[in-house]
Amino acid sequence: MALEVQIEKKLPDFELNVAFTASEEPLSILGASGAGKTMLLRCIAGLERADRGRVALRDRVLFDAAQNIRVPVQRRRIGMVFQNYALFPHRTVAENIEFGLHELSRKERSARLKALIERTHLKELADRHPRALSGGEQQRTALARALAIDPEALLLDEPLSALDTHLRSQVEAQLQEVFSTFQRPALLVTHNIEEAYRLGARLLVLSRGRMAAYGPKEEIFGHPPTREVGQLTGCKNFSRARMNADGTVEALDWGCRLRVGQSISKPPAYVGIRAHHIDFLEARAGTDVSENVFPCWLVRASETPFRETLYLRLQPHGVEGAYDLQAEVFKEKWLRFRDVPDPWHVRLSPGSLFLMPE
Amino acid sequence: MDWSPVWISLATSVTATAITLVVGLAAAAWRERHSGPALALLDGIFLLPLVLPPTVVGFFLLLLFGRHGPLGQLLLHFGATLVFSWPATVIAATVVSFPLMYITARAALEQVEPGLLEAARTLGASESRVFREIALPLAWPGVLAGTMLSFGRALGEFGATLMIAGNIPGRTETIPIAIYFAVEADDIQRALYWCAVDVVISLALLSGLYYWTRTQGFGRARRLAR
Repeated sequence: MALEVQIEKKLPDFELNVAFTASEEPLSILGASGAGKTMLLRCIAGLERADRGRVALRDRVLFDAAQNIRVPVQRRRIGMVFQNYALFPHRTVAENIEFGLHELSRKERSARLKALIERTHLKELADRHPRALSGGEQQRTALARALAIDPEALLLDEPLSALDTHLRSQVEAQLQEVFSTFQRPALLVTHNIEEAYRLGARLLVLSRGRMAAYGPKEEIFGHPPTREVGQLTGCKNFSRARMNADGTVEALDWGCRLRVGQSISKPPAYVGIRAHHIDFLEARAGTDVSENVFPCWLVRASETPFRETLYLRLQPHGVEGAYDLQAEVFKEKWLRFRDVPDPWHVRLSPGSLFLMPE
Repeated sequence: MDWSPVWISLATSVTATAITLVVGLAAAAWRERHSGPALALLDGIFLLPLVLPPTVVGFFLLLLFGRHGPLGQLLLHFGATLVFSWPATVIAATVVSFPLMYITARAALEQVEPGLLEAARTLGASESRVFREIALPLAWPGVLAGTMLSFGRALGEFGATLMIAGNIPGRTETIPIAIYFAVEADDIQRALYWCAVDVVISLALLSGLYYWTRTQGFGRARRLAR
């Protein structure tokens, strides 16, 4: 019960070239805009034709360039939720959902419609037209409509990007609810790192049409395989790195020597750490940790609602405005040590540092 | 007073508009799904009756349907002649009104968001169902406008009709032709009378139809917004 995808397609700026298998767990496809995410979904759905490759869903071959198999979009039974939802404006919510139930008997159709409307909490809105719905309600309608055809796979193109921030967590919870009962391949495209992490069990990072990373999300976020994936998953701090004979790592850009918990088979080219993993030691004297602890000087600070972003230098002097590390601390902590004169001390814990061969 | 030009004009325009609606819509829908440089030539041919002098259109129709024309020969085979009969007025009116229907219908269909058609396809809808249930209802205000324009053009048709259908009172004499021959016979009174009738009919039909399409369009928008 899986979706096998292997697709090559020439696009104006680059070539889309991916191969993966999605099982019952939801798969997040993360990438910057223009990375080929939407095109990938369109190829799977049959709205675009790939140049080479193969798409198989359970035991059905939907596309095979070599064997000249191309199942038309109408017969793929893949539910698709479009980025702008593509609801039919001249049909009510119920009529939108019903559209895919065309071939069922009247009795069966109304039973299915009722179940879908209940499942997506649209009962009070069934007779409204899409224009009279909020973003979240439109999203639910689009989801119910896609589920109506009893799809064997579900594709969602940026399902939350059109929503206001306060609606997102609510809609996200609904999506999670649907995923948990769907138990079939579900692919979700997004450029939002947190959405990708929360909604997918596995993660595929797409960069200019190729797979930069693919695997369990914890692994990719914990140890990005490349610097590019590190950046795409939101890591802010990178330094060129060189392995020392004693097993420590020389961080060339930061000008320090680090002990790193992770070991990789290839020689590391970069070392990285996430902004919120940088640990500020408030009372250095009282602790006994000394490894990977460095003095730092504040270059500038920038405020977000609950956190403070600090741009730090690991040397007392440097080029005006240049910084080595970007750290994030909770406001409460920041308020406690912001009046202490620098240098402060930060710890780059060996478990939080990761190495990248490229 | 012989009212036959009124009935002939109305019967011709209604029939021609009905044919134009079906054929124009079919051509526009077909053209929507096919593209290519060669088809630009087809577009040109479709639109030609709009810019050619009606006499040229009439002359071509005469060549086509005349006693020695290919279609005329075919009809003769079945014992029918078209030229100088009532159906000839319908053919002339259909040909000259077709371009208006074709361009407005195409523009209206192009306005329909492609994503909606794609969504319908992913839901298993056949191409004909996508057209009937999504594209056509959404393009409907534009199609109605095209119908209105076509009807107006059919009602006012003169040149091509005169060439292919002639002026047979009670059979092919439409209002514009009646006016022309009244003026030629120096019967100004009669010409003025038919002119007034023509203006009244056109105005009543067009403003009625216009009002109807507008309220339909706005009414729907209002219902959707609720």
